[in-house]
Amino acid sequence: MSTLAFEIPYWGQSLLRVLGGIVAVLLPAGTIVYVFLFKMMSFMQSRLGPMEAGPYGSMQLLAEVGKWMQKEDLIPENADAKIYKIAPVIVLLSTFLLVVVVPFGPDAWFTNFQAGVFYALAIGSVSVIGILVAGWSSANKYSLLGGLRAAGQLIAYELPMVLAVVGVVIQAGSMNLQQIVVAQNTFEIFGWNGLGMPFVVTQFVGFLIFMIAVQAELTQAPFDMPIAESELVSGYMTEYSGFRFLIFFIGEFATAGVFAFIASVLFLGGWGIPFSWFGWETVDDVDDWMNIAGPGIMFAKMMLLVGIIMWVRFSYPRFREDQLQRFAWKVLIPISLLNIAVTAILKVAF
Amino acid sequence: MPAKPKVPGLIKGLGVTMGTMFRTVKDGANTVQYPHEKETPPIRARGVIALREDNCTACMLCARSCPDWCIYIEGHKQLAPPRRAGGKPRQVNHLDRFDIDYALCMYCGICVEVCPFDALFWSPEYEYSEPRIADLLHDKTKLGEWMETVPEAPELEAGAAKK
Repeated sequence: MSTLAFEIPYWGQSLLRVLGGIVAVLLPAGTIVYVFLFKMMSFMQSRLGPMEAGPYGSMQLLAEVGKWMQKEDLIPENADAKIYKIAPVIVLLSTFLLVVVVPFGPDAWFTNFQAGVFYALAIGSVSVIGILVAGWSSANKYSLLGGLRAAGQLIAYELPMVLAVVGVVIQAGSMNLQQIVVAQNTFEIFGWNGLGMPFVVTQFVGFLIFMIAVQAELTQAPFDMPIAESELVSGYMTEYSGFRFLIFFIGEFATAGVFAFIASVLFLGGWGIPFSWFGWETVDDVDDWMNIAGPGIMFAKMMLLVGIIMWVRFSYPRFREDQLQRFAWKVLIPISLLNIAVTAILKVAF
Repeated sequence: MPAKPKVPGLIKGLGVTMGTMFRTVKDGANTVQYPHEKETPPIRARGVIALREDNCTACMLCARSCPDWCIYIEGHKQLAPPRRAGGKPRQVNHLDRFDIDYALCMYCGICVEVCPFDALFWSPEYEYSEPRIADLLHDKTKLGEWMETVPEAPELEAGAAKK
């Protein structure tokens, strides 16, 4: 902000940050739903998807939102009404809190938090509370089972996710997401710095584990047991209707976008382009136009990662509940522990 | 034991979905955008039941065999002129009402099968939905109009004709 010619007052900065946060959460969510949920899935099933609302059905999402907004807000008789109403808000709120630490450019960040990785992983698991609360307060056995499954699954996959990120933190030598971006764009591969070094190259195992864990965190197929529609109606969302369901729906895809942002920061080099191209040394040398280009680069990387997540989602059938737990505890966690050990040894060795 | 596939199934599955996506983008979808373009139903499709009123004798076989009780028939007996000069006037059943309630009909076709006088026919026409459910009760004039859409019976197979 200090690079600008005029000084924006604090309330103006806050307002800009809130607006930016809303855009950074809702714009990816809407794009993901249209590009992947409506169109890519349809094409993969050899159909066209929505075509009537707007050109190529691009206004379909607005129509859906309008439909949900005018539906009745049903609350089951035995539900714990107060908590029942709050639950979807908790889920969406955790998404907004998550986007706060993501850097979109050298100065385009919401907050430059020193322990950003730690914060992101901690806040990322807050949505479990919302889901558990939703399942419990619905007074419905399907909701409760869905909520419990979600809690078990999210806790099980939180661990490999954290452990996979530790490898990145060791290599970058910082928990600040901005520093991690800088590290990836200034590191050299055997003295050659033409491409920087996205950690997806050195931490490929970590990247794989992280993406699998993200898939499970987002409860996308093949990890969609919490909302397994053939077993649990719709899991913890069963009783929700109208705009509260809409909030859950937005939350699902907004979280997908934000986790993809975080993954691209951690593994794909974030907003940066290799600093050596323009002769930059540190983050302070970076030209101001990167504040405009950075969000675009982040958006492209986010779309790539979400595309992979959705591609997997549309291709695979659901795991069984015990297979899911076994996969997390017996495969992912040991591999990620091994990954940490190897990374640490190599870090010391070189 | 089946031979191990060259490509692991997980990767192959991803290939199938991606391949289908590109094929849809390139060659178009397998589906039809219904109100704008229509598929012609097969000639023997069960769209709607048409009535040839002249053939109906109000024998009630169709109404009684209908599993949904969706056919309503009323008729009365009346005298018709004799077939041969000097003969006795014949007593015939005259059809007053023949309604099919398509809100109830389940398109089993038993009425068409059971009709001994060839008065009922299948027509492949299917676009007759109504905003009011009561309008799905088709009376005998409407059922008679459907006769125009009944396709010609296909040629019999060689040797199938009655000797």
